Amino acid sequence: MKPGSAGVAGTACEPKLGASIREEFPLLAANPSLAYLDNAATTQKPRVVLEALRNFYEHDCANIHRSVHQLGERATEAYEAARGEVRSFLHAPSTEEVIFVRGTTEAVNLVANGFARAVLKPGDEVLVTGLEHHSNIVPWQLACEISGAKLAVAPINDRGEVELEAFRQRLTPRTRMAAFAHISNALGTVNPVREMIAAARAAGAATLIDGAQAAPHAAIDVQALGCDFYAISGHKMYGPTGIGALFGRREWLERLPPWQGGGDMIRSVTFEKTTYNDLPYKFEAGTPHIAGGIGLGAAAAFLRGIGLEAIAAWEHDLLEYGSARLEAIPGVRLIGTARRKAAVLSFVVEGIHPHDVGTVLDAEGVAVRAGHHCAQPVMERFGIAATTRASLGLYNTRADLDQLAAGLRKAKEMFA
Amino acid sequence: MSQLGDLYQELILDHSKRPRNFGSLGEGSRKAEGFNRLCGDRLTLWVALEGDRVREVKFQGSGCAISTASASLLTDAVKGKTRAEAEALFEKFHQLVTGKAEADASLGKLGAFAGVSEYPARVKCASLAWHTLHQALAEQPEAAGPVSTE
Repeated sequence: MKPGSAGVAGTACEPKLGASIREEFPLLAANPSLAYLDNAATTQKPRVVLEALRNFYEHDCANIHRSVHQLGERATEAYEAARGEVRSFLHAPSTEEVIFVRGTTEAVNLVANGFARAVLKPGDEVLVTGLEHHSNIVPWQLACEISGAKLAVAPINDRGEVELEAFRQRLTPRTRMAAFAHISNALGTVNPVREMIAAARAAGAATLIDGAQAAPHAAIDVQALGCDFYAISGHKMYGPTGIGALFGRREWLERLPPWQGGGDMIRSVTFEKTTYNDLPYKFEAGTPHIAGGIGLGAAAAFLRGIGLEAIAAWEHDLLEYGSARLEAIPGVRLIGTARRKAAVLSFVVEGIHPHDVGTVLDAEGVAVRAGHHCAQPVMERFGIAATTRASLGLYNTRADLDQLAAGLRKAKEMFA
Repeated sequence: MSQLGDLYQELILDHSKRPRNFGSLGEGSRKAEGFNRLCGDRLTLWVALEGDRVREVKFQGSGCAISTASASLLTDAVKGKTRAEAEALFEKFHQLVTGKAEADASLGKLGAFAGVSEYPARVKCASLAWHTLHQALAEQPEAAGPVSTE
């Protein structure tokens, strides 16, 4: 769609997106002139999520899975209902395969730790891509260090895309795990995950998809994808911080050892032997972030209520509009021009450091991220230290992108 | 908006666009490097001493407007000063950008950096050149690796 044309919102039966949904986000409603374009770092929270948290603490607060009182039962019910929401959101076959974790980083660490202890042998390989952020690199480096396995990397091209053929070439008979992002946080590249998963499976490797950036932008169906693990973070999908979820295929979750001991993960303990609880509790030691889980369930329901397809279409229009606005400014260069891209405009401005750009934009009411986005290898690939990144969410509008473009022109005037 | 003008004062913008004493010094000079890996600010500072006094100081590198202007204004400020005077100036500058003291006459043009204290994330940009100078003035400046303020 060309800039200036009508956009996707219009008739009353279409879902509320953009300006019309801002009122459901208290922070945005209180800051009408703020163009919040740092959604890849974290998203703002809708009232339904905040109310779910509040409702738990005000009406249902108790520990779960262990209380004989009614309050405890209500808390358990709410927490398990939230797990059900997350299961639906991911289209996982069962709630036993949905583990609550602190976030994507913890999910990757949980799997990497299990692989290091129970799967990887010296000489085995773990394959990642040049697009990954640190959270999907370092846990595997640690796992390799412990097990003697090697880390292999599938490179990215000048557009910031993983090329399927290059990925295939790096799969070997020793590849035990291929771990990669669904959508890149630094560049917005949408990976051909379905094909990558199929290739990895054909090579006999397990797959873990880092879905932190995909969850708020794309419909996820772990069964259709055929992956073994899929990780998401609540706070990047309009839910609370400190909570996320890991889908793991049952066979794998049964095979992997528990990674933390205590609390919910135990069936019986003697000093001679402890037996572990059933899935998913085997991987949920200690009292979990109960309110967070409930909030994540509310966020998943909120997104499904609007519809991920509608959100993706809305954001795609904004992405095209924003790309055109930025490319029209002399000296602005987009970093990451993948043919399939979602929600991220990463760019450099000739002669102006990203931190100066970020500071000027902030003064203009535009919140962006300036830096390496915890993806230093990606920055290195493009020969830059940092970019300015505007990342989109469902409440953003073309006006937000106009504000961004105006701010950039101002920065250019100032530093030219 | 006034805050932004406080940070990017005309003097700072001027020095970021046209850094003074940009270049290198040859043999007999001391050299130290500053590198903030996370934001990519990088500079090399050369100092020529005459006895205990800074006779000449130059720098090269690239970074944000604040770090470039800070290095440029540093070179003007410390020329002709003794090592102890330069270190004392660093201390005053640091107090200024961290908001612990206000600008006074002894800081001269460096007073333009007062606005940095309103932007805690930018203190590391403003102070990189000074930490690098501190290393250049140390006993064995090149023995240590690059200085970082991150």
